[in-house]
Amino acid sequence: MKSNYYSDEEIKSLEKKAQLLRRDVVKCMGIGNAGHLGGSCSAAEIIACLYFHKMKHSSKNPHMVDRDRFLLSKGHVAILQYAALAECGYFPVEDLQSAKDIHSYLQGHPDVLKTPGIEAGTGSLGQGLSIGIGMAMGLKMDKIDSKVYVLLGDGELAEGQVWEAALAGKEFNLDNIVAIVDKNGLQATGKVADRFNIDHLNEKWNSFGWNVIEINGHDVRQILSALDEADVKKGCPTVIIANTVKGKGISFAENVVSFHNCTLTEEMYNSALKELAD
Amino acid sequence: MSYTNQRIAYGNTLVELGKNNKDIIVLDADLAGSTMGKLFEAAYPDRHIEMGIAEANMLSVSAGLAQTGKIPFANSFAVFVAGRAFDQIRQTIAIGKLNVKIVGGSSGLSDFGDGATHQSVEDIAIMSSIPNMTVICPADANETVEATKAIAEYKGPVYMRLNRNEYANVSEEGKKFVIGQPTVMKEGSDVAVFATGYTVGLALKAAESLEEKLSLKVINVSTIKPLNADTIISLAENCKAVVTAEEHSIYGGLGSIVAAALAKSKKPLEIIGINDTFGRSAHKYQELLDFYGITADHIKEVSENIIKMA
Repeated sequence: MKSNYYSDEEIKSLEKKAQLLRRDVVKCMGIGNAGHLGGSCSAAEIIACLYFHKMKHSSKNPHMVDRDRFLLSKGHVAILQYAALAECGYFPVEDLQSAKDIHSYLQGHPDVLKTPGIEAGTGSLGQGLSIGIGMAMGLKMDKIDSKVYVLLGDGELAEGQVWEAALAGKEFNLDNIVAIVDKNGLQATGKVADRFNIDHLNEKWNSFGWNVIEINGHDVRQILSALDEADVKKGCPTVIIANTVKGKGISFAENVVSFHNCTLTEEMYNSALKELAD
Repeated sequence: MSYTNQRIAYGNTLVELGKNNKDIIVLDADLAGSTMGKLFEAAYPDRHIEMGIAEANMLSVSAGLAQTGKIPFANSFAVFVAGRAFDQIRQTIAIGKLNVKIVGGSSGLSDFGDGATHQSVEDIAIMSSIPNMTVICPADANETVEATKAIAEYKGPVYMRLNRNEYANVSEEGKKFVIGQPTVMKEGSDVAVFATGYTVGLALKAAESLEEKLSLKVINVSTIKPLNADTIISLAENCKAVVTAEEHSIYGGLGSIVAAALAKSKKPLEIIGINDTFGRSAHKYQELLDFYGITADHIKEVSENIIKMA
């Protein structure tokens, strides 16, 4: 297919946004507070491409009827989504510092009642895609031309409900939903591959009737092109398998299991921000 | 139109509501023939979604539909919606106060033939324990019609528990259902009997058979939650003893809620229900009700005994 042309400048700008989100995540965690750093860093380019380029949305009008919807099925990286929402103007960037404070509107996992820009509560893994299917159905019934984007972790694919949703997505020919798998290869306590076989992931989704696009999830040009390709694919849903590196951008955290949910020492904090500098 | 079966009353009322309210969407998981979702499906095929045998997905899909402004009614057997899909209901629907109606059919022992796997003796406990959840258990078909209208109008998550079988109405046809408001079905001054669902009729029978000897006050608690403790206290006030009756486990159901409300009261109280055991198969509904003591005779006997302790 013919893909949209993106200038080097546009690509560069989104790459910078991804780094900005990583810095926001690190600052939001601060020193000595637990946070899901690894999975935030692996999805930073994907989130940057969605929020700063692809999705039709407005912080001035978060309930705009024809907005595109985003669901963070891997809800544990809420701080990454909060960073994107804050940078898009849904709430002040300074408020990221209050995340998980007892009276904060920024909860450990996305909360639809508390945080502007959150479309539904997620975090009990395996449920986001089904919620997205319901939204995609509702939008189609009302003939609203919007897309639903759902970000899943690869470890999350062990949840059976993901495959119930995969069946339903094809059954109802929902070409207005895009699942994105952040395939960073690690889960909370080890390698995904040591728990279940994630080989042939493309074939698995394909056999469920989904249009599958595999990309490097840190390559902004590839992400944009995959999202555009999903727009023109009709009659079935699309899944983007994004190969990523957990902890990407912070050398000491890259591919290290213990940075799934971690605390940063002062030294780590400073070194991470230095590596992520603009 | 008058009905004598809760699920038929429910299915037909949904059809009636769907005429003017195009936001109502009905979902089933391969049990539309039992839940009576099939009536809605026949009337408005575009607004009925058959989700296949995948209850967890059905409930999360309902959450998504609600977030696009629809009013989803998700049907299955009580045991499957309240049990299998508990996490989906809790995490997204209840925490987010989403406008999803969850309707558990064939509740209690009413699916008599299918046995323990299909009989829900714990759905009230499960659903009542979830913050933000409203729990409704209509007494009969008449009340089911009105409760269905009320929950469609109410904005927020609701669980409604329905019986599978035919039985005579005891509540007034066409009486507006007010969520959270118990109804005094019969005044009395000796024993206050709090009943819900099918047991409301049993309590009335018990009251009638005792009329000469003992005065029973029968209260239909068709909203299990929210149920104000002060309301329970004031309803029990003019009586000397309290009995509760439900087709549900004695743990975590109506009896537990009433007992908690009356904890500071000195009145003797007894809970009639299923005694911490699963159901079993039988050829007739009545056989099971007799076996587990969910009968008018049992309510009568407990009332006669408890008044001696008052």
